[in-house]
Amino acid sequence: MSTIEQKTSTAATNNNSEILKDSLAGTVELTGSQAVLEAFIAEGVDTVFGYPGGAIMPIYDALYDYNDRLKHILVRHEQGGIHAGQGYARSSGKVGVVFATSGPGATNLVTGLADAMIDSTPLVCVTGQVFAHLLGTDAFQETDVINITTPVTKWNYQVTDANEIPHVLAKAFYIAGTGRPGPVLIDITKNAQIQKIDYKGYEKCTHIRSYRPKPIVRKSYVEQAAQLINAAKKPFVLFGQGIILGKAEKEFKAFIEKGGLPSAWTLLGLSALPTDHPLNVGMLGMHGNYGPNVLTNECDVLIAVGMRFDDRVTGRLDKYAKQAKVVHLDIDPAEIDKNVKAEVPVWGDCKETLPLLTKLIEEKKHTEWLAKFNEYTREENEVVIQHELHPTTAVLTMGEVIDSLNELTNGNAIIVTDVGQHQMVACRYAKFNQSKSNVTSGGLGTMGFGLPAAIGAKFGAPERTVVAVIGDGGFQMTLQELGTIMQTGLDVKILILNNQFLGMVRQWQQLFNDKRYSFVDIQSPDYVQLVKAYGIEGNRIDERSAIKSALATMLNHKGSYLLEVMVGKENNVFPMVPQGCSVSEIRLK
Amino acid sequence: MKSEYTITVYTENQVGLLNRIAIIFSRRKINVESLNVSPSEVEGIHRFTIVINETEEVVRKLCRQIERQVEVLKAYYNTNEEIIWQEMALYKVPTDEVAEKMKVERLLREHGARAVVIRKDYTIFETTGQREETDKLVKVLEPFGLIEFVRSARVAIIKASKGFHEKLKEFEEGEPSEELAENEFLDKGQSVFTM
Repeated sequence: MSTIEQKTSTAATNNNSEILKDSLAGTVELTGSQAVLEAFIAEGVDTVFGYPGGAIMPIYDALYDYNDRLKHILVRHEQGGIHAGQGYARSSGKVGVVFATSGPGATNLVTGLADAMIDSTPLVCVTGQVFAHLLGTDAFQETDVINITTPVTKWNYQVTDANEIPHVLAKAFYIAGTGRPGPVLIDITKNAQIQKIDYKGYEKCTHIRSYRPKPIVRKSYVEQAAQLINAAKKPFVLFGQGIILGKAEKEFKAFIEKGGLPSAWTLLGLSALPTDHPLNVGMLGMHGNYGPNVLTNECDVLIAVGMRFDDRVTGRLDKYAKQAKVVHLDIDPAEIDKNVKAEVPVWGDCKETLPLLTKLIEEKKHTEWLAKFNEYTREENEVVIQHELHPTTAVLTMGEVIDSLNELTNGNAIIVTDVGQHQMVACRYAKFNQSKSNVTSGGLGTMGFGLPAAIGAKFGAPERTVVAVIGDGGFQMTLQELGTIMQTGLDVKILILNNQFLGMVRQWQQLFNDKRYSFVDIQSPDYVQLVKAYGIEGNRIDERSAIKSALATMLNHKGSYLLEVMVGKENNVFPMVPQGCSVSEIRLK
Repeated sequence: MKSEYTITVYTENQVGLLNRIAIIFSRRKINVESLNVSPSEVEGIHRFTIVINETEEVVRKLCRQIERQVEVLKAYYNTNEEIIWQEMALYKVPTDEVAEKMKVERLLREHGARAVVIRKDYTIFETTGQREETDKLVKVLEPFGLIEFVRSARVAIIKASKGFHEKLKEFEEGEPSEELAENEFLDKGQSVFTM
């Protein structure tokens, strides 16, 4: 029994799991810290993003011996760590895992937790905490992490006794990854990390008394939904991230193809359906496409799949799709009727409900109705898209850069974006062939998300090209993570679209505040010099003729590369549904 | 239209859950009028009784948000007409006033008050009833030097309920009855107690 202790302290041989298997007694003595890492191994975790500190030192000490089985990525800031965890989860479809110490380490996670909560990203964050006997004494680096993180976690729990660790972590992974996924935080006091326990092995959690990850599918609702869809003359499908989280891309495609249903995506639903699919009619919402927005108020049956009617999608609610009967498919019963009343709620996992629905709907084409979307596309093309992708003035647009990127990646890259104008342009114009290719901060709109999320996305999908499209504002929020790229030798392509403004706020100030540009004029350092200091190559261009070759150089470069493109200072993103307006009042200019 | 609703929440017993439920209200700037936590008839299951003043639509959404919490089994909401509810109140009054003035004694009897403690300097009375009843006795005792008054949170039992135990069994078996889901369009007229 004591062999395990000797082994871990010598750090030479370190395969604890094998010792566990060999143990005749059925139990071995492990520290709480070792039990945490054993849980990770049992859950199939291969990568942990983290930053050490006083209260999490015992876990880091144990980690020293797990180096061959757990890849730990040392980030430069805990916010970077958690965004990397999110990027990893989004590109891999697995649970992202993050370590942070107590106090400031834990509070630095809060933005990422809120982001993961609103965007339903599965995470397990483990934070160190002061010794249990010091709780509530204002000890060094003590913060009430559980109460701070309660509103931004799906579940959180403080462990003060190491015996709880195996089943609490099993619960954490189960809760984070099932049902509507979300972030879970486990706060472990230092004494529990050190405490020795008789470890009886790890048992995955499959049931919690009070928790039902998926509501049971009600057949009668599916039948009623099918009836509505079959009777519809102008059916319209809105799809969100639920399809990707439910791994139901195939089921969704079969559904819309059988019904001939025009389908539009939310920001997070992007890439669930290939961009060039004939039934993909574009993007919803504030900066979405013309047709999907206007025709929301013309369709007769609105079928929402795995989306939550965010205010950026619906615009003014009392003028939203009032003529339509709404069918809402969602795994989270709290989303039904929350913003938009559903005529028929089809709750359940869309991986189960979509095939049931597909079976019951009639094969249809809806050619005329689909053509209507194309009419609006033509108009949008003339007034907006043409000028964005093929501008006639000398000023570069973000759109033409993304368009060139499409040609070079053929829609096969993972595009990670930050938040702002570049995000809207990238999501509007980037092409995607496969799912889990779009990583962006949707609900929370977290500037600074892009760079660390791209790092995580690359670790989650190492075989794929990852391009981080970031603005000059957001990049400066988390550029310390260049250090993480440097140290790990990671291959992430960073594309900065620099308009020398906090562009989205500037656009609003121009449109709604009489061009009173209040603190949106932001200066940038020399990014090429900056990344050079981190051993990363870079280039800066400001001419149209250089775009394609500069992007090709970036993509062909071995290792990370930064390309800064100077784009028009006062370009705006259109179409736009002004705040407080109905989706049919969308402006093309 | 806003009115008084009683929310009954069945939960597992875990530290921090009170906060998780409380912030669902405070996030939306909704004032909690009364909150009581007690064990239920089912082992390991606690019962929250929460009173708020809101519209039915808001209350329904709040219950959904409460149910989203991992440790919550089920949340129900009811109007005052649909429940039997009581609150308990304690009143501390000077003993000499009570002993010497017959009028007080009669008032107490009329209000169903019971003496809990009798000391030389003060006496503590207790009543159980609804808000108006316990409030009325405060008004009555004020002229006689009421020293202290405290009222408990509301406890309530839903009239239409057949008991939570049966429903819980179904819930735990993962085979809830047809009324698993409530939707205002589809489930009109269903009994209040569904899972």
